[in-house]
Amino acid sequence: MTTHQEAIEHHPDELELGHQFEDIEQQTEAYTVGMWVFLVTEIMFFGGLFAAYIVYRALYPEIWYAAHEKLDKVLGGVNTAVLLTSSFTMALAVRSAMLNRWKAQVSYLLATMAFAITFLVIKYFEYKEKFEHHLFPGPNFNFGDPGVPNDKAQMFFNLYFAMTGLHGAHVLIGVIVMIALVIRTINMRNQRQDFIPVELAGLYWHFVDIVWIFLFPLLYLIGR
Amino acid sequence: MQMHIVPVRVYFIVYVLLMILLFVTYWVATMHLGRWNTVVAMLVAMVKTSLVALFFMHLYYSGRLTHVWAAVGFLFLVIMFGLTMNDYITREPSAPGLSVPE
Repeated sequence: MTTHQEAIEHHPDELELGHQFEDIEQQTEAYTVGMWVFLVTEIMFFGGLFAAYIVYRALYPEIWYAAHEKLDKVLGGVNTAVLLTSSFTMALAVRSAMLNRWKAQVSYLLATMAFAITFLVIKYFEYKEKFEHHLFPGPNFNFGDPGVPNDKAQMFFNLYFAMTGLHGAHVLIGVIVMIALVIRTINMRNQRQDFIPVELAGLYWHFVDIVWIFLFPLLYLIGR
Repeated sequence: MQMHIVPVRVYFIVYVLLMILLFVTYWVATMHLGRWNTVVAMLVAMVKTSLVALFFMHLYYSGRLTHVWAAVGFLFLVIMFGLTMNDYITREPSAPGLSVPE
């Protein structure tokens, strides 16, 4: 038996405002800007690998062309399409959160997760194929082309695994965040929810998508 | 940033454009344009990034402070690439590193 007053305290209609903020607008902007600051550090995190990529590709353009031919362009393209689609569903999940439609929000988050997991499964098969062909950097690395120096071809695969591996880890973290969001949304279905947690997860997810937008042409589509 | 509800139509148009640009990237890569291949691929990737950042990430509807931070991300990346390549492309041909392109 709860009084009406207690019910309001447990299920507020209003969004909660942190006492350090003037109003909801300021709070929302502070959260959003904070996430962007984090994304800047992420840009620099990946940027270091991209810088290494530029240097080595400029040093050995023809070896990089030969090495990239071992990658499956079609799988890379399909994976790009999968991630772009997941970004689209994530944007719709954020929109549902803003409109306070929790069922639609959960559905879109689950769809985004399904695409993310599809991406990781395709990546797993790509990696597996590289391992089987001795293309994983290490003592067993063997490019198998006498015209291409082994050590320089290995540098390409070093960067390939470092970049796609770091990106894949980010996709996996994204999935974990989305699972947490789904649980949270279902638990709080009877009250007005702030859309900010989903918005910030969305910002992160679109960033991960952007990284892949660059990785795909740089690794899979080296021109001649 | 106020809560800005973007119509589903806008998201869908952006999504279709992204998919078209993906096919453009793939199609251009099958041609042999030499150095221009990379240039075109990077330009298309930048257009795709702009679309994602402006509409999916709501930059188009965000306040100025958010714009500043988005720009800072890009700016510092350019500084890092610029200074790194400043070293490599100006090395003597005899030294390890890049030789100066003709």
